[in-house]
Amino acid sequence: MFYREAGQFKTDYAADMAVFPIRQDRIGLALILFVAFVIVPAFGSDFLLQVVMIPTLVFALATIGLNLLTGYTGLLSLGTAGFMGVGAFACYKLTTLFPGVSIVIWVLASGFFSAAIGAAFGLPSLRIKGFYLAVATLAAQFFLQWCFVRIPWLINYNVSNAIEVPERTLLGLIVTGPKASPEVRYLITLAIVVALAWVASNIVHGRIGRSWMAVRDMDIAAELMGIRLLPTKLLAFAVSSFYCGVAGALMVFFWFGGAEPDVFSISQSFLILFMVIIGGLGSIVGSFMGAAFIYILPIALGSLAAAFNAPIPPATLEHLRYMIVGAMIIVFLIVEPHGLAALWRTTKQKLRTWPFPY
Amino acid sequence: MLYSIFIDPFVQMAGAPDLLVQTIWEGTVSGVLYALIALGFVLIYKASGVFNYAQGIMVVFSALTLVGTYQKLGGLGFSGPGAAFLALAFALLVMFILAVTVERVVLRPLVNQPDIILLMATFGVTYFLIGFGEYVFGGEPKQMIAEQLFLPKGATEFQMAGGFVQLQNIDVAAAVIAVIMIIGLSAFFQYTRIGRALRAVADSHKAALSVGISLNQIWIVVWFTAGIVALVTGIMWGARSNVSFALEVVALKALPVLILGGLTSIPGAIVGGLIIGIGEKLGEFYWGPLVGSGIESWLAYVIALAFLLFRPQGLFGDKIIERI
Amino acid sequence: MKHLKSLTAGVALAAGLGAAAPAFAADEIFVPLFTYRTGPFAGSGVPIADGMKDYLTMLNERDGGIGGVKLKLEECETGYDTKKGVECYESIKGKNPVMTNPWSTGITLQLIPKAGVDKIPVLSMAYGLSAAARGDTFPWVFNPPNTYWDGLSIIMKYIGTQAGGMDKLKGKTIGYIYLDAGFGKEPIPLFEQYAKDVGFTLKLYPVGATEMQNQSAQWLNVRRDKPDFMVMYGWGALNPTAIKEAVKIGYPMDKFVSIWWPGEDDARSAGEGAKGFKTLNWHAVGADFPAMQDVKKYVVDAGKSLYPKEKFGELLYARGVYNAILIAEGISQAQKITGKKVVTGEDVRRGLEQMDLSEARLKEIGLAGFTAPLKLSCADHNGHRAAFVQEWTGTAWKKVTDPIEPNLQVVTPLLDGAAKDYAEKNTGWPKRTEVCDKAS
Repeated sequence: MFYREAGQFKTDYAADMAVFPIRQDRIGLALILFVAFVIVPAFGSDFLLQVVMIPTLVFALATIGLNLLTGYTGLLSLGTAGFMGVGAFACYKLTTLFPGVSIVIWVLASGFFSAAIGAAFGLPSLRIKGFYLAVATLAAQFFLQWCFVRIPWLINYNVSNAIEVPERTLLGLIVTGPKASPEVRYLITLAIVVALAWVASNIVHGRIGRSWMAVRDMDIAAELMGIRLLPTKLLAFAVSSFYCGVAGALMVFFWFGGAEPDVFSISQSFLILFMVIIGGLGSIVGSFMGAAFIYILPIALGSLAAAFNAPIPPATLEHLRYMIVGAMIIVFLIVEPHGLAALWRTTKQKLRTWPFPY
Repeated sequence: MLYSIFIDPFVQMAGAPDLLVQTIWEGTVSGVLYALIALGFVLIYKASGVFNYAQGIMVVFSALTLVGTYQKLGGLGFSGPGAAFLALAFALLVMFILAVTVERVVLRPLVNQPDIILLMATFGVTYFLIGFGEYVFGGEPKQMIAEQLFLPKGATEFQMAGGFVQLQNIDVAAAVIAVIMIIGLSAFFQYTRIGRALRAVADSHKAALSVGISLNQIWIVVWFTAGIVALVTGIMWGARSNVSFALEVVALKALPVLILGGLTSIPGAIVGGLIIGIGEKLGEFYWGPLVGSGIESWLAYVIALAFLLFRPQGLFGDKIIERI
Repeated sequence: MKHLKSLTAGVALAAGLGAAAPAFAADEIFVPLFTYRTGPFAGSGVPIADGMKDYLTMLNERDGGIGGVKLKLEECETGYDTKKGVECYESIKGKNPVMTNPWSTGITLQLIPKAGVDKIPVLSMAYGLSAAARGDTFPWVFNPPNTYWDGLSIIMKYIGTQAGGMDKLKGKTIGYIYLDAGFGKEPIPLFEQYAKDVGFTLKLYPVGATEMQNQSAQWLNVRRDKPDFMVMYGWGALNPTAIKEAVKIGYPMDKFVSIWWPGEDDARSAGEGAKGFKTLNWHAVGADFPAMQDVKKYVVDAGKSLYPKEKFGELLYARGVYNAILIAEGISQAQKITGKKVVTGEDVRRGLEQMDLSEARLKEIGLAGFTAPLKLSCADHNGHRAAFVQEWTGTAWKKVTDPIEPNLQVVTPLLDGAAKDYAEKNTGWPKRTEVCDKAS
């Protein structure tokens, strides 16, 4: 009813090609940003910010990163957590070596380290494809994880064998460490994630994104059309790892406040792959939806049980969570194999033509 | 430095041949077990094109069903070999039910979806089985009922070159059973009607359908066979350590084995398993100490990667032909 | 439309939580228990969880709680996963918990900096960060009765006596097999120092968390290096596999000493060959104590326990009970100091600091002889208690030595250094402002 584009006229190509060509979309986006930036931090509880929002945003960023690689370029990777770890450790080293520089700069800079590592591990992608490549990226995952455990220099020889996040301030506010308020950490995470999502959206709608998609759809054909495969694939690995690296740094500095190397384990790589697929391959919006769905579902199930004061022992609850999440993944794939993003597109299309769908 | 990488390990090998033989044996045994898990993957991949991530958890789940049922029977006053084989039969039944369920609930509705969606669906199966297995049988590690199943205990030792080599009887049994299984499976595929149908399906789904082969039936057969392989793997690995959910991670090692051998080749899985198993044990034993040990966790993947760079489809995989 | 999904879900969730947060009766003490009955470490986690819960439930059933106030127990499943641990912490934080028991070194490390800010003390019983023993740097963290460094110094003393004197160890080889994570790596600096001082060779055999059930390469190395003694710091599935492999290569079991985590199940699965395997321990095993009998009567026999009856009183279960005793003592001391019935996290921090589990007190709570007395102070949050060595007889644990005191001369400087290092690296680490109570 309200989602109607009658009366909105496009007078040039630029307007027609815009990411959000419909006015209601733009209003909706502004509304969501307003809620995210103002309403949530103002009224959300600590639990909402700390357990729901910050992790969802962090995972959304990592999901965008993997989506750029898997969804847009068609290269399956299982090394996501390893690349996130590179970002986290790089950020820790940088901020302890140069404590004077703002932490936000280091969080972003650490992405370049994981981009470099990611590109290096992306080299075999020229020859190896499909599932074979996925297992090749497992080499990156396990090798990097081994490095995190084995190189004490990375954690400044801490006796706890873990990253200990020091206190850092930004504009006089404490932004990391235990004394930082959840609101501040949430807002910084949100700002970085929104900015990077905007960048990603522009990349995939531009020349680079189109060449990625050409490679995804058929790399030999893309090559014949004049897309050079090696630089394109490596760029995809680098950009993807950049996003994952920043997500890893955000995760440790603004969510956990400290991390043992086993945080960046293979199960996290799989988790992010779930988010990509459930959200929808090749969709930035889907990345947010997938991250939210996969991450929040178990928590919501837990809260649900608590809400009804269900007399379920916690272990059973955990088992039920596993079963329900597993079952929902399957059901979901059967109902909509193209992910939440496709569901969203369909809904929008229905709304547009409502009430006369023909 | 160069000396310790290129010369010293070989000096050590020559100096203590018994340890070398022992290392190769240990590598062979774990290689055979990796190969068994990989075999389950290959069967399913060939017949249905599904990259079945759940094979690892099927190993744990089937072994858990076996041991858990045995314990439940023990609670009812049954024990000893009789109960053990009853439990074994029950575990087989459960694997069959699992195969039918997966075919009905997961595969049939997802026919013709892209590979990655099918992979994802097997993740769903994995999650479900983890939760279900722990819910029914509890999460604590259990002892494998090796004795009741008449699996040998103890070890055989023999002297050689100033030392000894020790073969665990259970490991020997594992190797023998693995060989029997592989021969049996090959014969099954080669000579039976279902086996021939299965090979036809592997070649082309459409062509197989058009000559009247029931895809659904084949899928059930294949998943059930993979379930049996998983059960055997679970028994063997469980007898070497324990039956617990930590085994699921070990099962990840089957992935490099799989791609090294080629996703579609049964001999490939075996050769791949042996290369990975022996390679990682030798690497860990002779070169690991140079970098502080523990390289076993990633060496297998790096070996696989190195092979793939030369043969992107694995050693025995079907040649990937790309056309526009 | 980027955040729509996350937002609606989040808002719905928040609304649900807000509405559903159970109203807390003011006359209850909320004790959250972080446990793990799932995942690869469940083998160690289940008996501990049951031990803790059953003892505290028994207090509720028998005495109506502590000091007449009921304990509200809530288990939160962490699966030994740091992420879920943090989730658990955030979900209990607002319910006025009196302490946390993270039961994972990784989760403990997350909670240490938060403890002082949220005023919730952390009780990490003989795990976590060793340096937290320094109460002046870590007023909110308690890790009694000994640290992993104490444990190693006890093991070294024991090995020394076995070899016929510390000096006899010169030129020998000692192997160390450990979980390749923070927990297993913690004793290495102390171990290396010992190796240098005494003059033995230290061989390290790390086992990655993914390789716990696949240790044959490590044990082949052991066979090659022929260490005179083996020391193990393992957890979860690492322990039974290591014992089995040791039996397999014929390593002499009486020379194989572990830190205090392997339980009966771990040794049992290796069969006859495991006889003689040794671990450290600081409390009794079994059910022959009035309090344990009460647990049996009020909880286990009443069907309120999840633990299998035939395993009642086994090592890790008793370990859980010990942890529960510390929780109970902390609370009851807090009640004594403040005079309040319903205590808060801040009170319990003071209570834990004034912990005085004397012989008399142990007798009073029906656990005479269960463990050695424990007294904490503002400076010492650990106690550095002695531990004894026990041997696996094939069916049960048997105490084979008297309690051995840790070598504080070696451990204390390390602890001081580590605590200082931690405070320095975490810029802005607060100086202790919490007032120290007079010993009552």
